[in-house]
Amino acid sequence: MTTTSSPSPVEKIAAGTADYLDQRTGIGTAVKVFARKIFPDHWSFLLGEIALYSFISILISGVFLTLFFVPSMNEVVYDGPWESLQGAHMSEAFASTLRLSFEVRGGLLMRQIHHWSALIFMAAIVTHMMRVFFTGAFRKPREVNWVVGFTLLILGLAAGFSGYSLPDDVLSGNGLRITDGVVRAIPIIGSYTSYFLFGGEFPGEVLIPRLFTVHILLVPALILALIGLHLFFVVLHKHTQYPGSGRTNKNVVGYPLFPIYVAKAGGYFFIVFGVIALMAATMTINPVWNYGPYDPSPVSAGAQPDWYMLFLEGSLRLMPGFAEVVIGQYTIPLNVIIPAMVVPGILFTGLALYPFIEAFATDDHKEHHVLDRPRNRPFRTAFGVSLLTAFFILVLAGSNDLIATHFHLSINDITWTFRALIFLGPWFAFWITKRICLGLQRKDRELVLHGHETGRIVRFANGEYIEVHKPLNQHERWLRVQHDNLRPVEIEPAEDSRGVRRKGYRLDRMRQRLSQTFYEDRIEPVTPAELVAAHSHGAHDSISGADHGPAELAGAGSSTAAVGGGQHLIDPQDETAPDGRNH
Amino acid sequence: MKALAARRQDRRAPIVLLLLALLLTGGLYAVLAPTSAGAATVKADASDIANGEKLFQANCATCHGPSAAGTESGPSLIGVGAAAVDFQVGTGRMPAQMNGPQIQEKPVQFEQEQINELAAYVASLGEGPAIPTAEMVDPTLGDAANGMSIFRTNCAMCHNAVGAGGALSQGKFAPKLWDTTPTHIYEAMLTGPQSMPVFNDANITPEEKRDVIAFIDQQGGASPGGLTLGALGPVSEGLWAWVVGLGLLIGAAVWIGAKSS
Repeated sequence: MTTTSSPSPVEKIAAGTADYLDQRTGIGTAVKVFARKIFPDHWSFLLGEIALYSFISILISGVFLTLFFVPSMNEVVYDGPWESLQGAHMSEAFASTLRLSFEVRGGLLMRQIHHWSALIFMAAIVTHMMRVFFTGAFRKPREVNWVVGFTLLILGLAAGFSGYSLPDDVLSGNGLRITDGVVRAIPIIGSYTSYFLFGGEFPGEVLIPRLFTVHILLVPALILALIGLHLFFVVLHKHTQYPGSGRTNKNVVGYPLFPIYVAKAGGYFFIVFGVIALMAATMTINPVWNYGPYDPSPVSAGAQPDWYMLFLEGSLRLMPGFAEVVIGQYTIPLNVIIPAMVVPGILFTGLALYPFIEAFATDDHKEHHVLDRPRNRPFRTAFGVSLLTAFFILVLAGSNDLIATHFHLSINDITWTFRALIFLGPWFAFWITKRICLGLQRKDRELVLHGHETGRIVRFANGEYIEVHKPLNQHERWLRVQHDNLRPVEIEPAEDSRGVRRKGYRLDRMRQRLSQTFYEDRIEPVTPAELVAAHSHGAHDSISGADHGPAELAGAGSSTAAVGGGQHLIDPQDETAPDGRNH
Repeated sequence: MKALAARRQDRRAPIVLLLLALLLTGGLYAVLAPTSAGAATVKADASDIANGEKLFQANCATCHGPSAAGTESGPSLIGVGAAAVDFQVGTGRMPAQMNGPQIQEKPVQFEQEQINELAAYVASLGEGPAIPTAEMVDPTLGDAANGMSIFRTNCAMCHNAVGAGGALSQGKFAPKLWDTTPTHIYEAMLTGPQSMPVFNDANITPEEKRDVIAFIDQQGGASPGGLTLGALGPVSEGLWAWVVGLGLLIGAAVWIGAKSS
């Protein structure tokens, strides 16, 4: 900040206040550090911000809602403006939700902002997590932050579920009934746990106040604390960056936080809030007045949870009922345990532990700050896509009745199709994704070795035809050769030279097997030697013009620390290149 | 006291008591039982019946048989009443276009006058529910609040909470109710077409049926919250959250990212 020769009164006051604060808190140092902190620029780094900003929208609208919502299951008779519920007996929770919707000024808009934000919040978390997963941003040193993010996902589910049930309407009550059924399905302690949660027989009279405490105090406090930790780690580890020329694991290429990113991020908050407000102002969400006050007997068609819980509904809908096992007088409801506990257990455990499994299989102890291009990690990309496929199939299975009515299909056929797809779909998705990744890597190799096709066919005097290829420029080439060459780990033999069995061999063997699963099928990046060979035999390519000279190699023989693949092709240290941003 | 009791113990007393009890039950039933909807019938004259029979022979007899007693392809229509005919023909479901999981609605094939004649003919074959009068189905006379509570317990499990329709097994479905006329809704409750159960007048009284019609009449229009998204519940909300919400936000993110720093 440069001051002009004569500061205006406003500037004087601002400077005075800043000085006052700095002398007492030392905030100047912090501001200086943060303002100069460098962040890399890419649109996909804003996905997490959608989650953060929609959470802020949730907090603001939620505070408004608590001013009017009454978390009580006391029975009252409705006497309000909504005609088709007049005289109906309902809980105070439901009655106050109706009052909030129809009598409090702006109440319905706030309710809808709150609910749409919640859907967007979860969607943004999932999208952000996909970005982090597919680019490998969870690798050392960020594994712990991955776990923090994963916990935020689970807490988001808990927040959504507890809030969804608060209005005490028929639809959310059906959801609670299913929850009660799932809790009861836990062997031995199930019915006790259900009585503990509901304070007696379902639905009881204490659940809404309890959920209210969970929803407005416990879960939001945990989410806020973990968001703080999550962001602290981002600052501590520095942000990852996409691969490109000049970007290494030891630098961060980007622009300082102030003023550009402050403006971009601050502006983005208003875009996020604006989109949410637009949706809330024009699209009905959770019209509880349609569903009516909760009563355990009715269930309406189209009874589904919000989208982020829909995979559980789908899992339950797919499970055939015959799996219920009765031993003596004890029932083991595998038809509930498998879809409601085992299936989400597998999905979530796989997600939470993936960074550790991958590090183990790769035997990787290095720090990574440059992101992977998804194609360069075929196993990981395929694994992620297959997990998403399983999730998506379950979501569709949870919507099977709507698919049936809207596409004029038989619900039984749909269910059987999904029963088959839940086993075949992820497998097929894995296979095809891996093939695509390997294909793209081959394409990269091809480009690096032979250059772009120009479409120019040249005939030599001796009658030979060749197609002229245009070599890649340095930046293009670097993008395609910079990644690690990952091979299955090699281990020491089971016995040493004297035939004594080696300690830790079995663990190593396990690591090797896992590593083979990860990296057996691979396309290795072009090495300097391969590039030299390609260019020497392809001398005719130089016809295309002398301006694209032969590749600059980091001294094809002089660089000795040859470990990986293309790491020794020279890294063009140019940060201002037009191609600096990864496409 | 003992003598009195002994004298009362006549051998024939149980039989007399039983007869009296039966008489009382029967009498009470006759007085309290809901009157048949047939009371509201407008008496059809003989020419209507004759015309109806001609229409029936030309359009319906192939499946329902020349005497309407049913064949392998269609059920007997004796005793189904005028209400069933008015519903099935009046919504275009009959004459059926093709076989399938369920006979579907289509453009109506007859004039209302012809439908009335057909109904008169079928009603003449055997006693059955009659077409309700305009007053019986007038939504303005019903109590929508009571209608909602009845709808929630009896109808919503198939037709969705506000009558947006829902799926049944094997490709059958419960249709959307918003475009159905009050008379047809009443007749459907009374006659239970296809997969739908019969809600007779003892089950849901004529007044309650009118309350249900009053409730349905309020649905399908504007919602206080904005666009209804089909009133289909959280699945359509989730779909729009992704398509509109995330779609716009990712679009904005790409735009911000593309803006040169």
